Amino acid sequence: MSSGLDLSQFYETFFDEADELLAQMEQLLLELDVQAPDIEQLNAIFRAAHSIKGGAATFGCFQKLAETTHLLENLLDAIRRGEMALRVDMVDTFLETKDVLKSQLDAYRASEEPDDAVYERICAVLRQLAEEGPGGEHAAAAPAAAAAAPVPTPEPEPQPEPVVAAPVAAEPATAAASGDLPTRVHIRKVSEKDAASLLEEMGNLGHVLASDRSGGALTVWVQTSCSADDIEAVCCFIIDADQLQITREAPPAQAAAAPAENSIEQFEQAAATFAPQAAAPTAPAAPAAPAASAPAAASRPARAQQAPAADKESTSIRVGVEKVDQIINLVGELVITQAMLAQTASTLDPVLHDRLLNGMEQLERNARDLQESVMSIRMMPMDYVFSRFPRLVRDIAGKMGKQIELQTYGRATELDKSLIERIIDPLTHLVRNSLDHGIETPEKRVAAGKDPVGQLVLSAQHNGGHIVIEVSDDGGGLSRERILKKALSQGMAVNENMPDEEVWQLIFAPGFSTAEQITDISGRGVGMDVVRRNIQDMGGHVQLSSVPGQGTTTRIILPLTLAILDGMSVRVGEETFILPLNHVTESLQPVEDQLYTVAGNERVMHVRGEYLPLVEMHRVFSVGGAQQDPTQAIVVIMQAEDRRFALLVDHLVGQHQVVVKNLEANYRKVPGISAATILGDGSVALIVDVFALARANREKWAQPEAILN
Amino acid sequence: MAAKPQSQAARVEDQGSEFLVFTLGEEEYGIDILKVQEIRGYDADTVTRIANVPPFIKGVTNLRGIIVPIVDLRIKFNLGSVEYNEQTVVIILNLDRRVVGIVVDGVSDVLMLNAGQVRPAPEFGATLSTEYLTGLGTVDERMLILVDIEKLMTSDEMALVEKAAS
Repeated sequence: MSSGLDLSQFYETFFDEADELLAQMEQLLLELDVQAPDIEQLNAIFRAAHSIKGGAATFGCFQKLAETTHLLENLLDAIRRGEMALRVDMVDTFLETKDVLKSQLDAYRASEEPDDAVYERICAVLRQLAEEGPGGEHAAAAPAAAAAAPVPTPEPEPQPEPVVAAPVAAEPATAAASGDLPTRVHIRKVSEKDAASLLEEMGNLGHVLASDRSGGALTVWVQTSCSADDIEAVCCFIIDADQLQITREAPPAQAAAAPAENSIEQFEQAAATFAPQAAAPTAPAAPAAPAASAPAAASRPARAQQAPAADKESTSIRVGVEKVDQIINLVGELVITQAMLAQTASTLDPVLHDRLLNGMEQLERNARDLQESVMSIRMMPMDYVFSRFPRLVRDIAGKMGKQIELQTYGRATELDKSLIERIIDPLTHLVRNSLDHGIETPEKRVAAGKDPVGQLVLSAQHNGGHIVIEVSDDGGGLSRERILKKALSQGMAVNENMPDEEVWQLIFAPGFSTAEQITDISGRGVGMDVVRRNIQDMGGHVQLSSVPGQGTTTRIILPLTLAILDGMSVRVGEETFILPLNHVTESLQPVEDQLYTVAGNERVMHVRGEYLPLVEMHRVFSVGGAQQDPTQAIVVIMQAEDRRFALLVDHLVGQHQVVVKNLEANYRKVPGISAATILGDGSVALIVDVFALARANREKWAQPEAILN
Repeated sequence: MAAKPQSQAARVEDQGSEFLVFTLGEEEYGIDILKVQEIRGYDADTVTRIANVPPFIKGVTNLRGIIVPIVDLRIKFNLGSVEYNEQTVVIILNLDRRVVGIVVDGVSDVLMLNAGQVRPAPEFGATLSTEYLTGLGTVDERMLILVDIEKLMTSDEMALVEKAAS
C-alpha cells in the first residue's frame, strides 16, 4: 500500500468490478429461498462481499466501504456456515446494505466521502444482527463476536485479537521474543492437498514460523498482523470453520524439524510464495522451490471464484458507445454510396456491363450483411431492463403488504441500446402502477376468490419489425365507472356509452389519476401521459386492455431500432417524403364517390365501410405544384396507434431501407417530421411523423403550424 | 488560410484575430475564422425544403452524411435582391458541436484585425441587433461588420435551436 505505486489508476476498474459484484449480490439475494437457502448461493453472496471488501481494503482509502462490507461479510459467513438461521428481515437488511454500498461506491467514484449518518446506521444495524445470535457451536462463534466488537479495520492491525476458540494447552516458549506471540492455526482432519493450499495461504498472510503435520491435522505458527477472523476467512475457502482453531502461542522449538518430510516441502513452498510478496527478511532461506511444483494450487476455490470473470473477459470486450455509433454511421454512409452506385449502374446496358452489374449485386448483399451485423452490436437483451424489477417488486410489495410474484419472459429478446435505456422509466412506471393500483391486497384477493399471491408478468417478444413488451397483472382491472367519473369531474368530453378502448385511453390524459389516495409509489397523475409521450418519442405506442376482476395488460409496441427504417418514398409536387412502412396499410387511387366533405373544408374518405379523414400532404407541408385533385392522386392509408387516416400524395416511388438521420443534431425538431434520411442521389428526404399527423388530424387542420408544434 | 504568415506589424502590436470576410449585397461582413469549417458552392437542388419555417431557413442538406440546416443570411438581413448564381457560396460553420451552413453572396478575404481597428457598433434598427455584433472593423477605408456568428446562430430569432423552454 505504501509502495509508492499510484493506485488511483486502478480505481475505475475496482468501481466497475464492485458495481458488477453488487448487482450480482442483489440478484442472488433475491433468488435466495429463505427457508432452505442454497449453500452455493450463500457462498456466492459471501464471495461477492469478500471480493469487494478485499478490493476496498487494498486501496486503503475506501474505509467506509471496506468496513460495511466487512460487517456484511461476517454475517454472511455465519449464515453460510449454518451458525445463524437466515430470516426474511435479514435479506431485507442485506439488500439495504447493498444499496448503501452502492451509494458509498458512487460517492467514492465522485471523489466524495460517503454519508456518515447512513454509514453509521447501517453498521449499527449489521452489528445488531450479528449480536442477535450465533446459535449452535461455540467454537465457531468467531465472526459473530468479531462483528459485535468495535470492528477492526481490514487494514493490518498489530493488536492481539480476542481469542474465541477453545483454549489450547499453552506452552510458553522461550524461543518467542518479547514481542507479540505468533498466531497458532490448528486445523483438524485436513487432506494433503488442502494442507498444501492452506500453508500457501498462511504464507500469504504473514511469516510462517513453523508447521506441523501429524495425525491428519495441520498446525501452523505464523507471525502475522492479520486478525483471527481474517485468517479464518481465508481458510474458509478451503476447509470448514469448525475444523479450525486459532490461538496465540509460540512455536515449539523443534516443530519444524519433527514432522513428516512432505510437510517440510510444503513449508518451503509456502515460504517461497511468501518471500517475494513481503519484504520480510526473516523467511527461512528456502531454495526457491519452483512454482511449477506447487501441487493443486490452481484448484483452490479462491481461484475458481475468479474464473467466471476471466471467461467473460475473453469472450467480450468493452467498447465505447461512440465508437460503435461511428461504425454504424460509416456503414450507413457505405450503404448510401452503394445505393448511389446502384442507381447509376442501373442505367448501363446489362449485356455490355455484365460483370460490373454482378459485382454491384454482390456489393449490395455484402453491404446489407455488414449493416445488419453492425446494427446487432447495438442490440442488448431485455434482461438489462427486466433484471431491475425483482428488487423493485419486492420492495414495493413489502411496503404495501401485498404478496406478488414476478415472472419475466423473453429476457433474451434484443432491442437497440438507445431504446433499452429509454424504456426503463416508462416500464418502471407501469410496473409501479400495477403493483399499486392493479394487484389487490391478499385479503381482498382471497375475498374475491383469487390466490392471495398476485402475479405480475413482464414479457418481451419480437413481432415483425417490432418488439412487444407487456406488463400484465391479475389484479382488479381498470374501473370503467371510476375513470368516467373522474374524467367528467375534470371536464373531459366523455359519455357513458364510450367503448372500453376509448375509456382506457383517458388515463393517458395529463393529470389523470383515479387512485383514492396518493402514495409515494404512484397516484399523482403525472405518470401515464408521460409514459405515453416517452413511448411515442421512441416511435412506439401503448395499448391497454383490462378485464374487471381479472387484471390489466399494458402493451408497449416499439420499433426494433431507431437507426434504420423500412420506408416508402412518396412524391408530393417536387418533393420526396418517406413514410414509415410499418404504418402503411394500403394505398389506392380514390374515386369521386368515396370522397365526402365535412363542414365544407374537411374531407373524409369512405374505404370499405370506414370513414377516414383525408390528410393532404401538400397542405400539411405547404408543397407547391402538387396534385390538388384527389382522384388523380394516390391515397395511402396510414395506421397510427388505433387511428387510421388517408394520406394524399402525388405518387408512390418505392420502398427502401433508409438510414435514419437525426434532424435535431444540427437543427431542431420539425413539426410533422420525425427525422431525415439521405437518398441514393445524395439528397435529403424527410421522414413523416405519422403520430404527429394523426394527432394533429384529430385536432383539426385549421392551423397546421400551430397544431404540429 | 489560418496558417498564413502573419504580418510583422500585427505580431508586434497585439495578436488580434483573423476574420473571414464575406459580402451580402453591398455590405461586407466579418466572422471569426475559427468558427468556419469549410466553404462550398450553393446548389439549390441538394437543399431539401422544410415546411412551415421562416423563409430565411432554406432547408437541410447532406454534408457527407450529416444533415445540415442552411440559412440565407441575405433574407434574414433583408438585403433586397436575393439571387443564386455561381458566386453564391455556403459557409459551413462549426458552432459548439453544431454544424450550420449560411448562404452569402461571396467570400472575399481573410483579414487580421487588431483591437485598434475595431470600433464598437452604434445602436441600429431592429434587423440586426447590436447584441450580435462584436463591432465595426476598419481596413483601408473599408468597413467590416463583425458578427458574433455563434451568438446570432444560436439565438431564438434564428429558430435554429430548440428553445430551452419547450
